[in-house]
Amino acid sequence: MIRVRAPFLPALLVVLAVVAALPLAVNNNSLREELFLMFMLITLASSINIIMGYTGYVSFGHIVFFGLGGYFAFYLMQNFNAHFLVAALAGAIPASAIALVIGVPILRLRGAYFALATIGINEAMRTAINNFEPFGGAVGMFFNFSVYDTYGGARNAALLAYGVMVVVALATVTTSYLIRRSKFGLSLMAIREDQDVAMVVGIDPARAKVVAYVISSFFPALAGATFFFKNGIIEPGVAFDLLRSIESLVMCVLGGTGTVAGPIVGAALYEWLRGFLITTPALANFQLFLAGLLLLVVVLFVTAGLVGWLRNRYPVLRAYIQ
Amino acid sequence: MSVDALVPSAIDGLMLGFVYGLAAMGLTLIFGVMRVINLSHGPVIALGMFVVYVLFTGAGVNPYLGLIAAAGLGILFGVAIYFVAVDRIINAPELTTLLATYSVNLMIVGVATSVFTTTPRAVDISLGSVGGSGVTILGTHAVAVAIAIAGAALLYAILFRTRIGKSIRAVANNRAAAELMGIDSRRVLALSFGIGTSLAMTSGALLSTLFSFTPLSGATYEVKSFVIVVLGGLGNPTGALVGGIVLGLLEGVSTVFIPVSWVPVLEYVIFIAILLVRPTGLLGARA
Repeated sequence: MIRVRAPFLPALLVVLAVVAALPLAVNNNSLREELFLMFMLITLASSINIIMGYTGYVSFGHIVFFGLGGYFAFYLMQNFNAHFLVAALAGAIPASAIALVIGVPILRLRGAYFALATIGINEAMRTAINNFEPFGGAVGMFFNFSVYDTYGGARNAALLAYGVMVVVALATVTTSYLIRRSKFGLSLMAIREDQDVAMVVGIDPARAKVVAYVISSFFPALAGATFFFKNGIIEPGVAFDLLRSIESLVMCVLGGTGTVAGPIVGAALYEWLRGFLITTPALANFQLFLAGLLLLVVVLFVTAGLVGWLRNRYPVLRAYIQ
Repeated sequence: MSVDALVPSAIDGLMLGFVYGLAAMGLTLIFGVMRVINLSHGPVIALGMFVVYVLFTGAGVNPYLGLIAAAGLGILFGVAIYFVAVDRIINAPELTTLLATYSVNLMIVGVATSVFTTTPRAVDISLGSVGGSGVTILGTHAVAVAIAIAGAALLYAILFRTRIGKSIRAVANNRAAAELMGIDSRRVLALSFGIGTSLAMTSGALLSTLFSFTPLSGATYEVKSFVIVVLGGLGNPTGALVGGIVLGLLEGVSTVFIPVSWVPVLEYVIFIAILLVRPTGLLGARA
């Protein structure tokens, strides 16, 4: 019997690419702005999924890598006139190196202690950079408008940032898929289910966890570099915003942790819902309340998230939706 | 850096420490009894502030009477939070309870910001001051310390001198065994959540007499509570009180030596260091 594997990843990438091309085709700038944010959130949620969904470690302060990548790249662009693409990579690598350094000790902690430690690290980083003068301290840094001249003006720079964000999101999703299908991914999931048993069957949990953590730090750092390049201004409160960190966790849970498609569905749905709530005058003030209510309903009744629920309800879909 | 400033700063910090400690006792009690990290802790502290504020500005109720109202409402509110958000998932992994309590956080903040906006508020109360030779103690601070100590004492009386306290300790120690002894663990868990919430709201009520606040102010104190709870050992109320005093002292004294803006950095670094080196806390609570 020949087993045909559904071409899940190519299909998913094509769908995302088509969505990404939409605002360019119809030349709609506000749609492009919305999608820029959505692809950023897909990146954040999908990379959190690698450490949280697959490995079972709830990284509450994951936004710290978004901020660090943003700051490093911004610093390089502003002080050394580095090209954005170079700066983004050169910013993401030290951010991941930091993930390696902090990952080794904090991944020894389990459960709630790990979650608390990641909050502590994000807050420590935010308050430290608040005082760090080379990075502009509490005021942050901002571009002179002429920086964008290299890229053919602010309009083209925004276009470039959009393209890069889409590529980063697609790369994150691809990585997430490859990890899930790999032996490495299996060892992560074994750690999630029972770390001690995983160790008995020959997995080195310490090593696997750190590798997963470093991978999951790289993409948010790239996303941060891109976001703040387009933004033209970076400050500690925005770069290390714990709320955004928790929101990406929420997106993950909403769509379904541990699945490839879950964080994407979650990010799209959450962002659409927020847009809807903010623009509806009667609900604008209750935006947070409704977001909380939605989260509670998902956590209490749809524990597996939307994608997980679909997979459980219709097992035939398991071959098609990862 | 002057040594003259050291004593008043230390006293100031020490006094605040008691109030921080009271809030942290609520957080640690909930964790100790049901292994839930209550992420709605901060907004609940802010609610305590607003109970006092509304009663004070709306009906002219004395803030310290408002505080009793806040404590009472805290129990009811905590029990309500428990049954709505926590009861169903009490045995689920950490992420689930973290997110459930966080959703309560969002709801409270959402309602509070739309009702009260984010304009800073203050409860205007002055009880004079006692002072001399460079050390001045504000009346409100002294009363806050007295009430915080009374609150802590009351918690101990409940935990160690009453039957219900005994069941709370039994459930914290081993829920299954407690149920075999005929304890209705669900009621005990709900009540513990109520007491924890009440402590947080009482602490918020005290803070409202000291500083100005907004519906978002709770977040600052929530993070402080985390630091304190880790200092004293998760789940250990005595540790939380001691941790609160340590943190308060640290905040007070360190401002003499380093710029104020570096103080939070120091706090978080200590927080992470303790988690890594001694996750059971300085007092070495039960693991």
